Amino acid sequence: MTATAETTAGSRGSLPPVPDGAVTVTVKIRRFNPEIDDEPRWDSFDIPALPSDRVLNLLHHIKWYVDGTLTFRRSCAHGICGSDAMRINGVNRLACKVLLKDLLEKGDKHTTITIEPIKGLPVHKDLLVDMEPFFEAFRAVKPYLVTYGNEPTRERIQSAADRERFDDTTKCILCACCTTSCPVYWTEGSYFGPAAIVNAHRFIFDSRDEGAEERLDILNDIDGVWRCRTTFNCTDACPRGIQVTKAIQEVKRALLFKRV
Amino acid sequence: MSLALDKPRSPRRPAARRGNGELYSWLFMRLSGLLLVILVLGHLFIMNILDGGIHRINFGFVAGRWASPFWQFWDLSMLWLAQIHGGNGVRTIINDYARKDATRFWLKMLLYVSMVLIIALGTFVIFTFDPNISN
Repeated sequence: MTATAETTAGSRGSLPPVPDGAVTVTVKIRRFNPEIDDEPRWDSFDIPALPSDRVLNLLHHIKWYVDGTLTFRRSCAHGICGSDAMRINGVNRLACKVLLKDLLEKGDKHTTITIEPIKGLPVHKDLLVDMEPFFEAFRAVKPYLVTYGNEPTRERIQSAADRERFDDTTKCILCACCTTSCPVYWTEGSYFGPAAIVNAHRFIFDSRDEGAEERLDILNDIDGVWRCRTTFNCTDACPRGIQVTKAIQEVKRALLFKRV
Repeated sequence: MSLALDKPRSPRRPAARRGNGELYSWLFMRLSGLLLVILVLGHLFIMNILDGGIHRINFGFVAGRWASPFWQFWDLSMLWLAQIHGGNGVRTIINDYARKDATRFWLKMLLYVSMVLIIALGTFVIFTFDPNISN
């Protein structure tokens, strides 16, 4: 690719100066344009980049200065919103949290970074996938406080120890890194997936919540927690460091011993 | 979802009960796996290592073992547990990988029929084995 596509939509014009200390890396992206392509294709771009750059910077460089048609999601670009989950060198990561220096080849070897859309969800265009099946599974586990009876007249108090039980699973940002790293989810989309179970866990083990039984019943189904094969892909993929497999095992234990 | 609260003061709404089948099958896999470790390793040790191993195995050896209810029970439980454990494992693999409902159904039918046939045949042989059969 040369810089002749400067005028395409989304492009910002002429190439910026190459900063000192920049290395040229090849970014290989799995692309798909539903209006042109029958099959996904690979596109490669040679980009000058600093080791301190994030993968998201490389994508921005391509979109702004090389090929404005490149499509991907990103919002905050600081690992909070969970928009830019993608498969980078074969593992699910947030593009805004992966530094180039961690992907550079040792010595003087040329570095190629492969970027694909997350697996298991329908691809709309390039790295943009349809998140709806993912959110459908999320909604199915009732990820909100469920209470019965009259509202208490004062705040619902919770001890620090009670809060600690589900602290880990409150960190989820719904980026879908875990669910789309799960081999069971790849082959069978009806599986709720790690993210939905993590968000069920967050309420099941909340002492203020009264819907644990309903959620456990939902996850006891054929598409629930028993589908998990403990491959730990989800724990490895989580950009928030949530012990996803552990949370799934805790839900299994709650079902097994009928105790939350 | 709309909540139908006919007993608004009850602390917990009884949840719609679904089957516990998946839970029991998961639990069965763990327990039968533990038992099979003992049964299969014991079987391999007796058949292949102890007292000259496979060289002493002949019709008489098998007949002698199956004369004892203990070994009959051992082999019977090994047959049933291994078949159901393995069959359940293949069932989950079919559930994971079959994309069409028809494919899933027929693969599972094939699996269940083969399981029933092997279990029935094995059980039949263990209980009706005749050590005095000639030739």
